[in-house]
Parts: sequence; C-alpha cells; structure tokens
Amino acid sequence: MSDELAIRLRGAVKRYGQITAVNGLDLDVPVGTCVGLLGPNGAGKSTTMRLLTAQAIADDGEIEVLGFRLPKESKAARADCGVVPQLDNLDVTLTVEQNLLVFSHLYRIPRAERREAIERAVQMANLDARRHDKVDKLSGGMRRRLLIARALVHRPRLVLLDEPTVGLDPQVRQELWALIDALRAQGTTILMSTHYIEEAQRLADTVLIMSHGKGVAAGPPAELVAEHAGREVLEVYGPPARLAEVQAEAAEAGLSTRRTGTSISILGVDENGHPFEGERRQANLEDVFVLLTGEEIE
Amino acid sequence: MAARAETQRIGRLERSALTGVLVREVVNFTSYWKASTFSSTVEPTIYLLAFGFGFGSLVSRVGGFPYVEFVGTGTVATAVLFSSAFPAMFGTFVKYKFQRTYDAILAAPVDTEELVTGEAIWIATRAGVYGCVPMIVAIFFGLDVSWGMLLVPLIGWLAGLGWACFGIMIAGFASSFENFNYVVSAVLTPLFLLAGTFFPLSTLPRWAQILGEVNPLHQCVQLVRDAVFLNLSWVDLLRAGYLALFALVLWRIAIHAMERKLID
Repeated sequence: MSDELAIRLRGAVKRYGQITAVNGLDLDVPVGTCVGLLGPNGAGKSTTMRLLTAQAIADDGEIEVLGFRLPKESKAARADCGVVPQLDNLDVTLTVEQNLLVFSHLYRIPRAERREAIERAVQMANLDARRHDKVDKLSGGMRRRLLIARALVHRPRLVLLDEPTVGLDPQVRQELWALIDALRAQGTTILMSTHYIEEAQRLADTVLIMSHGKGVAAGPPAELVAEHAGREVLEVYGPPARLAEVQAEAAEAGLSTRRTGTSISILGVDENGHPFEGERRQANLEDVFVLLTGEEIE
Repeated sequence: MAARAETQRIGRLERSALTGVLVREVVNFTSYWKASTFSSTVEPTIYLLAFGFGFGSLVSRVGGFPYVEFVGTGTVATAVLFSSAFPAMFGTFVKYKFQRTYDAILAAPVDTEELVTGEAIWIATRAGVYGCVPMIVAIFFGLDVSWGMLLVPLIGWLAGLGWACFGIMIAGFASSFENFNYVVSAVLTPLFLLAGTFFPLSTLPRWAQILGEVNPLHQCVQLVRDAVFLNLSWVDLLRAGYLALFALVLWRIAIHAMERKLID
C-alpha cells in the first residue's frame, strides 16, 4: 500500500466556516525525497502542514503519515516527525542547550542518548559558541537554525518545513538551504512549503503547485517548466500601454503570456514565426507558478 | 530507526508525554523562579501582616483561635489561589497566543489532554509549595508547630490542581486578555472574600454561608485549619473529596476548552 510513501493524502478537505482552506488535496511524498509545496499566500499550504500533525482535523479525505492513519494514530506519527514551524516558537528565556534539552524529552529520546543528541543538534545548528546563550540574544538566522536543529534532535524520518526561510536575508537563506540539502543527502524525507520559487527549484525533487486548496500541477521542477512554459520565454519591455497591446496580440496568436510588473513574458516561443521583439530567456518555475496560480492577488 | 518507532505505545496520558511537558516547565522555572517566588511569598505575607496585626489589634480571638493564627492558616488558601488560578490563566494564554509554545509541543508526540494535565500538575505542585509560606511566616508569629502541617502541601496541591484547571479553562475560553477582568472581578474576588480567610463565615447571612460551603477555597481553608490545629474528622474527608471532584470536573472542561482552541 503506502510502504514507500511517507505521506499520502487523498481528497483531503479542511473548512473554516465559509472558507475551504484545503479542497480535495491529493499529495504523495515518497520516502527519501524532498517535496515542495509551492503556492501563493492563502493556497492552503500551512493548513496542509497542520493537517499532517493533526493540529487541524480534516473534514473529509484520507491522510496517512509514515504509515499511520490520521488523526487517530497521529501521536505515533509525530514521534517520528520533525516540525519546523513558520513562526518561531522557541523558549526565548532559555539557552540554546536548554531548548534542545526540553525537546529531547518531548521527543522521548532515551536518557543514555540524550547528551549525544543535544550535542549533535548544537553542531548542526552551528551554535557551539552560543550554546549557553539565551535565545533572545541570538540573531534571526541563529534562531532559525536552532528551530531547525530542534526539530531534528530525535533524528526523525520525516521533516515538515513550513516556509523555512520566510523573511530572512539572502545570506541566511543560503545557510539554511545548505542545512536542508545536507539533510536531504542523508536520506531524510522532507515536505517543505514555500512561496519562494528559487527555494523549491533548488531543494525539491518534486513540486506540487497549490492554488485554492488544491494541487494544480505536480512533478520535478524541470519537467513542470518544460510542460507548462516551454523552453524559452520572450520578455517584451515597454510602457504600460504597449504591454497591454503586446498581451492582446500574443493572445490572438495563441500564445500564453504573463505579466512580470515591468514586462510581458510570452511563453512557448521555442519556434520562430511570431512577430514579437524582445529578450529571450530560459523558461523557469516562476512562469509556471504564475501561469497556474493566476496573476491576480486576492 | 524503524525499531524505535515500533517500541512507541499509542495511548492516552502517557507518562513520557507528561514528563516532556513537566521538564519544559521545570527548565523554564529555573529562569524565572526568583520573581515568581517573590510574588507568591510576599503577597500572602502582606495580607497576613496587614490583617493579622491591623485587625488583630481590634479582635484578639476569632473562631476560638488567636487572630494571627486564624489568618495565618487562612491565607494558605489565598497563596494557593494566587499561585495557581492566576498563573494558569495568564501563563496559558501567553503560551498559546504570544509564544506559540503549545504549537511546538503539540507537534511533538503530546496530545492536548497530556499538555493540559502536565501543566496543571506543575502549577498544582508549585501552589502546594507556595501555599506553605504564610503558615511558615505565622509560625514566627506564634503559630504552634504540629504534625498536621505536613498535610498542608498536599491540601494545597489538591486545591491548586482544581484552580489550575480553572485558570486553564478560562484561558481556553477567553479570546483576549481583557476577558480575564470579568473572571477576576466576578468570580475570584468574591470567592476569595467568601472563603473564611479573614473572618468566619458564621458571621455572614445564610445565603452567603451556603455560597461559602460550595466555594472550594473555603473547603481548602477549613481543611488547612483542621490539619494544623489537629481537628481532623470525617467531615474533612468530604471536604477533600469535594476538592478532588472540583479538580476532576474542571480538568475535563479545561481539556475540552483547550482542544477547541488548539486543534482546528
């Protein structure tokens, strides 16, 4: 059945009053892979993450995590999961080591292995020199590293990362990517939600693009790009009025376009035989993302 | 890796989950014990001094005891209330809303039931210890030491458990800090005054006496006095049973309230 799947969702539905946050979501996360949930704000990524730890209970559908059926067997699944939340919830008046100590207990690490587990997490977070410092003395990047290390203290088989680098500067982001990539190299299964396209492209083996609580496309990033945006894109610049014209002309010629704010991107211009002038560039995941999740901000 | 997963039991109120919640509280306590001990000690002591000596100069004996001893034993319940209901209300709300601590704990193999139980046990234990402070202060002012005093931390623990669950329940139902004002003014202050701490309830009108009898705080005051003055009888067993029932009922309601709050 789902021996080879770390996560399996079928038709998962989660409603909050009138709002349907997750609307019939199917999701497979094979063991040993890194899957990225990509979608705009409000697509249902965070709700999906909460469903996986039974902090939200689905109204409909099936959810299995590490072979355990949720919500009934969720506690057994959580024992082997590590969760990195979107919002920092470290104990700020405790030191780095104390935070890890608390979670070594919450994750039931046997006494004999506790010391070593905490040590490993300190090294992983690269906080050796700051281990006795209180969390509120740490920089944003250090706190984020600690938050990730805390989720890994018990060597979970599955790691859930909810927007792991949101709001961080590029240097810190790279540092965290290296950390996540190392984890991936060790064979840990990862589900990561993000709205940073570069993050998904770099780290994820497969990506599920979400929109309005549903998956709208799934596959390896390169395949999604090839399938939905083609090989090359033409970038046409000009004043807003000109861009509107270009968009209309492209639509007449049967080509998909997307706005980038400063230009119009014309997709699927791999062959010649169209009248447009502009800069050619490789199609990327962002083209697919905007094409599939819509241009309008709701 | 897989071997460890198989050894994990799936059950309710698991010891390892409760331990995890308690360890978190104990480690946190090392960072704030001074402030918490200070307020839990000083407040009841001030009540003891103000009433014991201020009022005590007007009335020498109340209910058959020197007034300082009457108040010294009575404020044990005050200390228990102040170190259980209040921290439970405010602490739970802060941990839920501002620190998001409970999100982190519930992502670990801990259920809401275990979380609430662990938190209540911890608060009750603190209340049991802090509850002894006014009694110890009163010893310096002439309260005779007796073996019954050994029961006081246990009585404080049991009463503290109920009040801790009460506080967690209120935090679970509250949508903002302001809601606590209603509870403090309309519930806790009247119960605090109707406990027989500073004056015996027998001086009050009949309806107030009946209200006093259902007030768990009053039962706590009576139990402490009977233990300290070695007047224990079968009625005290009923009082302890009543406190246990109070704790049991509020424990279940607190779990329900927090589940509603924490699990979508």
